[in-house]
Amino acid sequence: MKAKVRFLLAIIVLGLLMTGPFVVTSLLVWAGMEETERNMLLELLMSRLPIGTMMTIFGFGIGVAVLHKLFKQYVEGLLGMAEQLRLMLSANRNFRVRLDGPPEVQQLAQAANDLAAQRDMLMDDVDSRIAQANASVEEEKNRLAALMSELAQAVVVCNLDGRILLYNNRARLQFKALSQGPTTVAGGALIGLGRSIFSILEKNQVEHSQEIIRQRLISGKSALANFVTTTRGGQLLRVQMVPVLAAAQEEGERQMTGYVLTVDNITRTLEEEARRDQALHSLTEGSRAALGSIRAAVANLIDYPEMDAELRERFVKVVDDEAARMSQRLDQTMHDFSDSMKTRWPLEDVLAMDIISAAQRRIEDKLKLPTKTEEVDESLWIKADSFSLVFALVFIAERLQDHYQIRDLRFRTVCEGKLAYLDLIWVGQAISSETFYTWEMETMQALGETSSLSLRDVIDRHGGEIWYQREKAAHRAFFRFVLPVAIPEAEIHDERRSTGRPEYYDFDLFKFEDKSIDLDRKLSELTYTVFDTETTGLEPSKGDEIIQIGAARIVNNRLLKQEVFNQIVDPERPLKPESIPIHGITEDMVRGQPNIDIVLPAFHAFCEETVLIAHNAAFDMRFLQLKEDRTGLRFTQPVLDTLLLSAVVHPNQESHKLDVILERLGISIGTRHNALEDAVATGEVFLKLLPLLEEKGIVTVRQALEAAEKTYFARIKY
Amino acid sequence: MSKKILIVDDEPNIVISLEFLMKKEGFEVAVATDGDEALAKVAEFNPDLLLLDVMMPKKSGFEVCEALRADPDRAGLLIVMLTAKGRDTEVAKGLAIGADAYVTKPFSTKELVVKVKDMLGLA
Repeated sequence: MKAKVRFLLAIIVLGLLMTGPFVVTSLLVWAGMEETERNMLLELLMSRLPIGTMMTIFGFGIGVAVLHKLFKQYVEGLLGMAEQLRLMLSANRNFRVRLDGPPEVQQLAQAANDLAAQRDMLMDDVDSRIAQANASVEEEKNRLAALMSELAQAVVVCNLDGRILLYNNRARLQFKALSQGPTTVAGGALIGLGRSIFSILEKNQVEHSQEIIRQRLISGKSALANFVTTTRGGQLLRVQMVPVLAAAQEEGERQMTGYVLTVDNITRTLEEEARRDQALHSLTEGSRAALGSIRAAVANLIDYPEMDAELRERFVKVVDDEAARMSQRLDQTMHDFSDSMKTRWPLEDVLAMDIISAAQRRIEDKLKLPTKTEEVDESLWIKADSFSLVFALVFIAERLQDHYQIRDLRFRTVCEGKLAYLDLIWVGQAISSETFYTWEMETMQALGETSSLSLRDVIDRHGGEIWYQREKAAHRAFFRFVLPVAIPEAEIHDERRSTGRPEYYDFDLFKFEDKSIDLDRKLSELTYTVFDTETTGLEPSKGDEIIQIGAARIVNNRLLKQEVFNQIVDPERPLKPESIPIHGITEDMVRGQPNIDIVLPAFHAFCEETVLIAHNAAFDMRFLQLKEDRTGLRFTQPVLDTLLLSAVVHPNQESHKLDVILERLGISIGTRHNALEDAVATGEVFLKLLPLLEEKGIVTVRQALEAAEKTYFARIKY
Repeated sequence: MSKKILIVDDEPNIVISLEFLMKKEGFEVAVATDGDEALAKVAEFNPDLLLLDVMMPKKSGFEVCEALRADPDRAGLLIVMLTAKGRDTEVAKGLAIGADAYVTKPFSTKELVVKVKDMLGLA
């Protein structure tokens, strides 16, 4: 508008310039004239006035046209260019100024475009550098996570509130084995990102260790603390804590922002130690009394040879009795504690088959000696120092090849109670016991390497034996290694290993402080449990029951597919045949599964301190609520319903069925209609809905709950 | 008048030797086989010295010793503890609660006799 006003002003000025000088001159001339001259002039002018006026109007018209043109090109053109430049500056980086108008304006536009191009190059460069940096940070994180997940030690990283930020696979398996109840139910529920470590470890002990570390940090000692704690299941854990320190600031001590815990289950080690102590005790203290009686009786017999026969008889009997008792005790102790009293060399539990395979590979590759196995028990575990044992096997193979020209070597295992026999069999000439004795005693050499041990040392290290035996009928002979059988600690196989990289870490939780569920927290910051149930039917009030609960966790905007709850429940009533095709759960599958009294507490623990999410949540919640009286468990946390949230975001869509929403939001999920898969799908939907809700100004849990309540679908009640 | 010795031990095989030995050395001997009986016999037999085993049913030697030491009338009673527990901590406990000597099984009978006589002032 301002430009328009200026344009009008310019026209007025033009008009005045064209008429003003003539009018002023005329007035001056007019003023200096006589009456007659004026009349003459009037007469002369009046007749020619129309032409003059026309010429003036014509000239004015041309002037306005020129002015207009200039105005269009320079003023309005530049204004337009300014708008385009603004566009380039903010909304659309790729926009370029159109080149039109007079050459000067075009040059200006070109210069602006060139500047924009230069700016884009710089910005792209910055972006790519940021992306690069992010990628390398991500890569480092992944490398750390991968490294951690392969560690044989259980490692858990927590922030100062005791929230778990990172844990490795070993920790997951170890705590899973520790968790109470049927392991499938607990399903590693205790450990999870954002969960409290205090559900596993005693809070006071952890805090005490934190305090010790702070003290040590202040006094400049190495910051480290150890403690031993008992789990609810009676297992003993040795825990080591080291601090995670904030990046160094200028001066002063570095702040502790969290800690790393390494956890060892020492229950078995400790039990073994206790048994060893007991054995030692029984052999020493236990012998004192008997020996005391014998010694006193013998002393009397010697000191008083003149005693009468009956008395002598009694003293002799004392000696006899006590000596017999001592022998018996010795046998008993050896029998009971033989395992504990053997070598203290740290032996690991290994599959005998693994030892044999390792030895076979080396013998075949390096000695070019064919090998075979016969009657090998694939599930036989032994306690062994596998390196020295394999070395011993290869050593014997090489000796046999060199001295007895054997053509192949066979392996066999036999299990006899607490002992495992590992046999090395060959066909051919018998060896003398002297030869074997030398083999046993000299330091071993195999494949050009020398061991510091002799075969005998290796055997002693295992608390085992070795001998040479012949099978005359078959013209064969064998060396028999006797080794202790191991009972491996319950090995839990990781069934979810294949599903991509595990999400065992979340460093953003370092900032996570508030523990309780605050309704005014942002939706994207909360921890959720998305869950789904399969039921025998649709009418909980008429006795329909839950037959499966599936759930996954959302922490820091990520759906954690590793931290899931998946349990079939025995409904303790027959399934309806018509419902079986829907949930795919058969009578056979529910039989022998825990009932809801066992599963619900585990699920309750799994959802602790999280907001619940379900699709058509009212339905699932109704089933849970009907069990409140029976189990005494109440699910009091806020519940979000993806059906209602979808209706909030897309009020004009007819259907808000899970399948339809999945398609609408472009989420592809494999199979469905299994509680866990549906729960995961619901979680994906929720994460997609979050930005759409934010567009509608729904950011907090409270806002989401309020908006959901207002939708039409919220009025349907179960 | 000969000195009186009460032997308290639940193991007959050691009691038989101790009884024989102490009688041979000219002492008057009585035997108790558990803690309660020991306290009763002390009152009845009024011994000068007790050979007291630690590990016994009902009342342990430690308890008997403590009970006797709590009775001022028995201040002169000598107590020798005999035990199959050889740990330093137990020796320390025995002496701390008032035993006059502590002998660990197995022991030399000769040395025991010498020690007993010495304690009774007969050496």
